[in-house]
Amino acid sequence: MTGVATPVAPARGALDQDWRKVVRLGLLLAFGLVFIALAGMPVGLDTRVVIEPVLSMGYLALLWLPLVIGYAVSSEKELEGVERHAKGPRELLAGLLVGAIGGAGLLLLAVMLDNFDLRDPLVNWSPQLLALLGFDNGVGFSAVWIAIAGGLGLLGGLLHVVPAVVGRMIVTAIVAVLAVSALEAVLSDMSEDLGLEFVTDWLFFVRGGLTQSGALVIAAVGAAYAAFGRTRVRSARASFQALEGQQRKLANSAAVFVAAGLVVILPLFLGRITNELLVNVGLFVLLALGLNIVVGLAGILDLGYVAFFAVGGYTAAVLTSPNSPGFTPELPWGVAVLVVVVLAALTGLFIGAPVIRMRGDYLAIVTLGFGEIIRLLFLSDWLSGYTGGAQGITNIPGIDLGVTTLKGTDPKSMFYVVLFFCALAIYVSWRLEKSRIGRAWMAIREDESVAEAMGINTVNAKLLAFVVGAVLASFSGAIFAAKVGSIFPSSFIILVSIVILVVVIVGGMGNIVGVIAGAAVLIGILGGPKQPGLLQEFSEFKLLIYGALLVWMMLKRPEGLIPNVRRTRELHQEEFLQDAWLKGHIDTGDDHGEGEVAPA
Amino acid sequence: MRHKAAKRTRVDLFLTFLRVALTSLVVVGVFLFVMQQLDADNVFARRLNPDAQALTRAQFEGLVVSGLSQGAMYGLIALGYSMVYGVLGFINFAHGEVFMVGAMTGMITSNKLADAGMWDPASGFGDANFLLALVIVVMVCTLCSTMTAVIMERVAYRQLRGAPRLIPLITSIGVSFFIQQSSELLLGPGAKAYARLPEWLSDKQSFLGAEIERTKFVVIVVAAISMGALWYLVERTKTGKAMRAVAEDKEIAALMGIDVDRTIVTTFAVGGAMAGVAGMLWGILFGSVTSFTGFLPGIKAFSAAVVGGIGNLGGAMAGGLSIGGAESVAPLVILEPLGIPGVSQLKDAVAFTMLIFVLLVKPNGLFGERLSSEDRA
Repeated sequence: MTGVATPVAPARGALDQDWRKVVRLGLLLAFGLVFIALAGMPVGLDTRVVIEPVLSMGYLALLWLPLVIGYAVSSEKELEGVERHAKGPRELLAGLLVGAIGGAGLLLLAVMLDNFDLRDPLVNWSPQLLALLGFDNGVGFSAVWIAIAGGLGLLGGLLHVVPAVVGRMIVTAIVAVLAVSALEAVLSDMSEDLGLEFVTDWLFFVRGGLTQSGALVIAAVGAAYAAFGRTRVRSARASFQALEGQQRKLANSAAVFVAAGLVVILPLFLGRITNELLVNVGLFVLLALGLNIVVGLAGILDLGYVAFFAVGGYTAAVLTSPNSPGFTPELPWGVAVLVVVVLAALTGLFIGAPVIRMRGDYLAIVTLGFGEIIRLLFLSDWLSGYTGGAQGITNIPGIDLGVTTLKGTDPKSMFYVVLFFCALAIYVSWRLEKSRIGRAWMAIREDESVAEAMGINTVNAKLLAFVVGAVLASFSGAIFAAKVGSIFPSSFIILVSIVILVVVIVGGMGNIVGVIAGAAVLIGILGGPKQPGLLQEFSEFKLLIYGALLVWMMLKRPEGLIPNVRRTRELHQEEFLQDAWLKGHIDTGDDHGEGEVAPA
Repeated sequence: MRHKAAKRTRVDLFLTFLRVALTSLVVVGVFLFVMQQLDADNVFARRLNPDAQALTRAQFEGLVVSGLSQGAMYGLIALGYSMVYGVLGFINFAHGEVFMVGAMTGMITSNKLADAGMWDPASGFGDANFLLALVIVVMVCTLCSTMTAVIMERVAYRQLRGAPRLIPLITSIGVSFFIQQSSELLLGPGAKAYARLPEWLSDKQSFLGAEIERTKFVVIVVAAISMGALWYLVERTKTGKAMRAVAEDKEIAALMGIDVDRTIVTTFAVGGAMAGVAGMLWGILFGSVTSFTGFLPGIKAFSAAVVGGIGNLGGAMAGGLSIGGAESVAPLVILEPLGIPGVSQLKDAVAFTMLIFVLLVKPNGLFGERLSSEDRA
């Protein structure tokens, strides 16, 4: 927000604290740390080493929170016209105190662990946790946590005090180390094919984890990028965006081609496991792009989206597998996909028609009900003559291309199939978004009655969104069936719908790039509902993280990490209005405060 | 306001078709059931279901009572959905988890009390220790559920007042997930058993010729008492008046000197308490609980609230009873005579179909919605 710059007042004294806030956040931190400890993260993740031998993922699970809360305790909303103070010792002290209170919480937990036995309800109330908290040196040693958490809180406070560029250097260094550590499997895989093994051998310890020197170098590179490279990248991007007309078009298509080329050659340098991961990511990109049309563009919250995934998977399985009970001829996968499209579209119509006139929130629950009904039907004895009931359908032959048959055992070729369908989905989403129907969807999302008044046939438009979303999801299901080779009702639980929703929301509803990035990061790193990600140790905890992430995103950034411009405006309408009002762009007319933006 | 299109579209035709199809399914099913009850060798009864067998009266009564007891539980949970929807206009998806928290804490407390010897399975009727233990369990359940609901409101929902209505719904999905997974991680996976009930409570009781577990009657009675208490609170006390006023119009209620924030917290607390009681009843009825116990009953309870007319407390209870009754009775009364095998697997599908059916036929619920005009939009 630009505006009249408010002069910065001198820093407040160290003891001039908002004590209530310090204590509140300190207790929150202590509670959070104890929760993380008792949820079993430190012990469960201890096997994954981040930096050999000083830091494991288990300790990291406890270390990040003091840093974040130490920073949060002194962040204040900068409001126009409200006095701002320079940052100084006050912020440092606040961070330190908050961290120390949090650390004291862990000490208390350690003492309790030593003296009481609550293992009956709390499964993680274990000697291992006690040993971990005391650094294998007895209970007394866990007092160190006060110092550690206090120090991290201090660092969090320090981020306010140091110049912005130094703060960015610290944060980028930390993020770089964590990212490289998370990508360890991919990097070592690639280096083998590129003949760069000596780099990764030096960077990573034999049994996993960065070496100390490797971590230092990566941190230094990250910091250096934040200090020197960032502005150049920014200016390059700005000049790229400043291009106009023909040039802009050219530059855009060049960028798309480069990105596409990279994705196409990437699997050649990767091994089996990482390629498998890519296939999973691709399947979820496909699902997320489909849901993005329904939720992101048309604004219909479909919680039963997994139904279409299931229909796609089951149709492909029934048609291609020799083991499917109700259908003897084995069609090639390509023919099956045609049937899949038709059936998915019909299911979309069938589920869509009764629900589109309902209120948005009823619609959500009813689609959820439909999703569950479809799973229950696939599971039931009633249809087991076609779907195999709980035994599912096995022995699905894979994708028959005439020359070869692509199977899930060869993830590299499977990836190209997924890639083809993803490309198709991206193209369809992109063209639809720019088309008349895309604009109709957006109008419906913003205000259905107004859209109807403008002459949009809302019923047809919403049905079409359902159908397009259904078809994209069914592609994903058909590929899933061919890839896994067998299909069970338990692969299609409601959880899948929710995970796709998290992906779409975290990435940025309505933004194709955002949705793809969201799927790549979340599914790639944490993993899907049943598929492991890069951090396999997280499989127990990923759903908890997804839930927390969903709440946090809705509270702090409902437009997602890579937002769609128009969507952001809708979500922050009031703030924009207030901002405009402050700057005198609004003529309220009367005293009701429901101002309208005056024509420019 | 529903706008009536002058021209009937294909979608309207399809909806009419759906209504007719579902209605005729029910009618045909019930007709065949009646035929089968009259005489299992009947041509009609044999037509679709060759192994048709008439249900005995005892079987049928058993179905109805277990349906009603489960329905009473759904009704108790549904009250929370209905009240929150009435006041804030959004579906608190995580309310099922509040119920699960009640069931879980009930499990923990009952087991601890059993260890301490207070919850003694060998105790006779009216044993003072056991009754005290029961009271303690109920209090702990309601307290924990209430706290969960209140914290949930404070942490997640309060900041979202006035946000587009799907935002709090999505948030509540996240909250629900978070609580479910937290419970799974903190307390470990798998089903956990309640302490065993004494025999005088778990034994069967003959009732109009049928043998029915006494716990089912306990559930119905406790639910009725809770419902009565809630009715008194909402209709006869000042707090209840404030709640109704806030549900009608928050701004004007605030102008009348009602503390809106506090009233909303009270609403969550009361809904949470009802869910806590329901959680404890679940434990008594089924004897075990998992971290995912809250999900399906939660959704069904929401369906019950919609079926009864959202915002309408009596409707929520009636909706709960009808959903519970339908999912217990319909598989054998409607689906089995139609010749569908393995009908008990379709129990949950029946509940959801009923929701869809009611929304198709009577979108405002069986007993009418009670919402402020802004929420009805």
